Amino acid sequence: MTAFEAGAGYGGQNRGGGAGITFGGGSEPLVSHADGTLASRRIIVGYGFWIFLLSDIVMFSAFFATYAVLSGETAGGPSGKDLFNLTNVAIETACLLISSFTCGIATIGARARQALMYYGGMAATFVFGAGFLFIEIHEFVGMIAQGAGPSRSAFLSAFFTLVGCHGVHVTLGLLWLLTMVAQVFAKGYRPDILRRVLCFGLFWHTLDIIWVAIFTVVYLLGAG
Amino acid sequence: MFGRLTWDAIPFGQPIPLAAGALVVFVLVGGLAFITLKGWVPYLWREWITSVDHKRIGVMYVTLASVMLLRGFTDAIMMRSQQALAFQSQGYLPPEHYNQIFSAHGTIMIFFVAMPFVIGLMNIVVPLQLGVRDVAFPTLNSVSFWLTATGALLVNLSLVVGNFSRTGWLPFPPLSELNYSPDVGVDYYLWGVQISGVGTVMTGVNFVTTILKIHAPGMTYMRMPVFTWTALASNLVIVAAFPVLTATLAMLTLDRYLGFHFFTNEAGGNVMMFMNLIWIWGHPEVYILVLPAFGVYSEVVATFSRKTLFGYRSMVIATMAICVISYMVWLHHFFTMGAGPNVNAVFGIASMIIAVPTGVKIFNWMFTMYGGRVHYASPMLWSIGFMVTFVIGGLTGVLVAVVPADFMLHNSLFQVAHFHNVIIGGVLFGAFAGYTFWFPKAFGFRLNERWGKAAFWCWFFGFYLAFMPLYVTGLMGMTRRMQHYDVPEWHPWMLVAALGAAVILAGIACQIAQLVVSIRHREELRDLTGDPWMGRTLEWSTSSPPPVFNFAVLPQVESKDDYWRREHSPDRRPEPEPQYHAIEMPRNSATGFVCAFFASFGGFGMIWQIWWLVIVCLVGAFATFVVFAWRDRTEYEIPVEEVARIDRANRLARAQARAQLQAAE
Amino acid sequence: MLKVPSRLFLRLAPLAIAASLGGCDWAVLDPKGPVGDGNATILVDSVAIMLVIVVPTIIATLGVAWWFRSSNPRAFYLPDWEYSGQLELIVWAIPLLTIMLLGGVTWIGAHDLDPAKPLESKEEPLNVQVVSLDWKWLFIYPDQHVASVNRLVIPAGTPIRFALTSGSVMTAFFVPQLGSMIYTMNRMRTQLYLKADEPGTFRGLATQIAGDGFADMHFEVEAKPPADFYAWLGQVRGGGPALTPESYIELSKQSVVPEPFTYQSVSDGLFEKILDQTLPPGPGPVAETDPGPIVATTSQLCVGRRN
Repeated sequence: MTAFEAGAGYGGQNRGGGAGITFGGGSEPLVSHADGTLASRRIIVGYGFWIFLLSDIVMFSAFFATYAVLSGETAGGPSGKDLFNLTNVAIETACLLISSFTCGIATIGARARQALMYYGGMAATFVFGAGFLFIEIHEFVGMIAQGAGPSRSAFLSAFFTLVGCHGVHVTLGLLWLLTMVAQVFAKGYRPDILRRVLCFGLFWHTLDIIWVAIFTVVYLLGAG
Repeated sequence: MFGRLTWDAIPFGQPIPLAAGALVVFVLVGGLAFITLKGWVPYLWREWITSVDHKRIGVMYVTLASVMLLRGFTDAIMMRSQQALAFQSQGYLPPEHYNQIFSAHGTIMIFFVAMPFVIGLMNIVVPLQLGVRDVAFPTLNSVSFWLTATGALLVNLSLVVGNFSRTGWLPFPPLSELNYSPDVGVDYYLWGVQISGVGTVMTGVNFVTTILKIHAPGMTYMRMPVFTWTALASNLVIVAAFPVLTATLAMLTLDRYLGFHFFTNEAGGNVMMFMNLIWIWGHPEVYILVLPAFGVYSEVVATFSRKTLFGYRSMVIATMAICVISYMVWLHHFFTMGAGPNVNAVFGIASMIIAVPTGVKIFNWMFTMYGGRVHYASPMLWSIGFMVTFVIGGLTGVLVAVVPADFMLHNSLFQVAHFHNVIIGGVLFGAFAGYTFWFPKAFGFRLNERWGKAAFWCWFFGFYLAFMPLYVTGLMGMTRRMQHYDVPEWHPWMLVAALGAAVILAGIACQIAQLVVSIRHREELRDLTGDPWMGRTLEWSTSSPPPVFNFAVLPQVESKDDYWRREHSPDRRPEPEPQYHAIEMPRNSATGFVCAFFASFGGFGMIWQIWWLVIVCLVGAFATFVVFAWRDRTEYEIPVEEVARIDRANRLARAQARAQLQAAE
Repeated sequence: MLKVPSRLFLRLAPLAIAASLGGCDWAVLDPKGPVGDGNATILVDSVAIMLVIVVPTIIATLGVAWWFRSSNPRAFYLPDWEYSGQLELIVWAIPLLTIMLLGGVTWIGAHDLDPAKPLESKEEPLNVQVVSLDWKWLFIYPDQHVASVNRLVIPAGTPIRFALTSGSVMTAFFVPQLGSMIYTMNRMRTQLYLKADEPGTFRGLATQIAGDGFADMHFEVEAKPPADFYAWLGQVRGGGPALTPESYIELSKQSVVPEPFTYQSVSDGLFEKILDQTLPPGPGPVAETDPGPIVATTSQLCVGRRN
């Protein structure tokens, strides 16, 4: 989330001994890594965001573990075999994978300050991400309509929560995407905004990785 | 329009909650009125509420913890007095109140006293010990604090509007499910803890990044002070454990709000899943609390023995070992759920293994004192008191890790005595030691020593009086959370325990007196050198309190205990004035406070199912992020003349104070 | 193992403490059955092993802190002594060896005393099915087709095979003087074996918070000589209400039972119906705002003769 890139700076100018770090609206930092103790703002922000992503993955693991335990508890209702449409899952997967690719394009475009690459990449990412969401919401609505909603059984509660949590992350990601497009549009390719684009990219790719785990554990194993 | 909220939510018909709620409202409103009338609001807003300075945020954390300690301890007094009275009688607290009180006691003490205290100390000290200017993400730090404060606010609000959870400090289903707990109590718990948990994860991310990536030049990992190492371990555990709490509470919330079936009796829910998940978080949680306390003891024992900490490398390895092993023991919280002998035994043995690095630490502290010159300042008293008390608590802990023993003692008052033994003897004594030790650094004057020692002795003896009887009654078969009982043998012990609580109350009164007296006499207690204790680590090289930028020039570190080496090595030379530069510091931000504002109302809306309020607050929170991200100016510059002026004044004061001390010797 | 000396210690220690404290009821340390005995032995042995380490540690800590006080001119000062390989070895070894010993005790003890492990006995075990309800205990004797509420009567000297479940929330069944506690959970069956060596009366209680009536969830355990036990069974069969699905539903509503009572007959397969939720778990509080535990009158629960 954008809060991580707090845009907060500290330290003095990097001249002589007692080095500090410049950041925020200024230019990229001038730190020497010789003593190995002071990292650039970009590294710090990226590192911190990775730690956050790891914590998010831990949260997903809890949902995965719960799903694994409860996957057999259909309470006499429908199971994965009855409900999962693997064609839809394939399309969803394609959407996310392509959106990851276009996100990569956008990130490269931002660093190269190429408007077409950046805006085009972000737009394409949004479209594919929204496409993924559309299919998923459609799937959920369909399941609820046929009486296989999350309150039907523990298996369905776990399914809707795990897959839905991922969907919520995708939704928040799309909101973040729009914010990043607006930021670059309004303020240009400033270093702190580029750091946020980097974080957004990490977030989006991580969601892709989690989706791979979901379609394997939930859909492929469930429908098989 | 107002969801489930009606006028019935205010406990007009129940005298004790009404009085308590009225007191809370009076203190809050009265406090706010007082502050406003005194004209302190602009100062507080500018210097504290919107501050992103780790030192200020740390002080606010510790203040929150101290205030909540009073609330949690009030609950404790009520519990002890009820159990002293409720022998063949209903006492004065009916079950629906008593059950809320012990649930609130545990929730507040863990989430809103111990956690903020420990996080507060880490906030104040770790960047100073690392020789840097602030944490990696200062505004995020402010958000973390304010979200924690939101959680505390929501939990206390349950006194006034509605009621609190009655399930104990962990909401085991199915009791915590909607059909067995239909009122808002569990919802207050869920949202209060969930919101503050988000803040805590952010703290974890912040400090892991800071400690691993931001050091003064020359400070390699093996030159970091032990408190910083324990802070690292604690925050690593936060990052890896709190998300599980988030997920688990979310699942229970979904069960209650949307009819999901994770943990319900019906439709395939599995109660054992909750037990596993919550304790996968719950056990690492106690190590989050105790590891920084161990770090405090390492600093205090070395400082007040005038000697380097014995076995630094061992201490680091032991700390990281505890960090890792803490994830492998969670099942010992439910040996009696029937997992079978192999599973039970494996987790029992793993739980004992964690006693090994802890034992190593105790021995290393002892060897630090051995051959030292021990000064009995109150931080050292807390540390010695800890060593004796914690070892007993550790014994009983290893005892309940022995599976067959746990079969008899699980959920008894013996278990309650054990965990209070280690949390009070370990975490709280460490928090108080750290508080006394670093108070001068944070505020520029020492705390009154006589009141401090009095507080220690009251706490020490009060603890034993209050909890040793619980070991006894646990062995007599008394279980925890009993609103009344009819076994005569238990009664005298409950009376002794109530007396112990009164002695602890005296200890708390001493601490309050200590603070008041110290503030009043702060000029006499002023610390002009920045190093009132003959410290060893870098925080003592700055003034008390440090300037906002901590160090005018980041120190060049050449060894561990670098400050001690520079100050006391035989060939020490006076340090020349450094070359000053302008310093950029992060600007204050209202982001944290505004986030908390929306979180508070949003949480309240969730609890009472006022959906329009929730939506407004979600939009508001997102808007806050966007507004924050839209900032163009994120730092302000302190010009070189200002840096030089501040630093020269500090250096002069330190030199003069030192000269005075030397002249006095 | 240390069977004989620790048995002696076990007998003596509570007596000594009791003598000094004037007749206390040390339930956990005063076992009346083999399971409780095994658990208590391990408990005392483990404490003894650990005290060997802990007491010297405490004394050493206080001694070192006192001897090396700054005002002691006779104490030497080693300001730079911060490492000793030999000491490191000892310091890691002592806790490690202690833990290895205790770990062995734990492994063996956890297997020997697992709740689901049958007890060695010449006698055939008696089956008792336990259902925890809000806020009382239902004991069903499936082979004898009777049931009892809040009073468990068993033959002394006979192992009891418990099958436990919950008719509402998770709680735990515990008879401190007889042995291990075990959780009860709806839809799940836990197992426990206990035996009372001699006749006597023992306290039983719930040890996991179950709601507002939790403190009233205690029950009496009476071990009778076998002949008296069968006589009691006859008495129970002689009168009182019947435990049918309907009366069970009534019983499962939230209430506190003022006096124990019995059922003269039990429908077949009632416990299994509770387990598979044919008989649903008890409802929670009926009003939106919980009025607290309702003390049921005896007539409301169709009480028969008290036994």
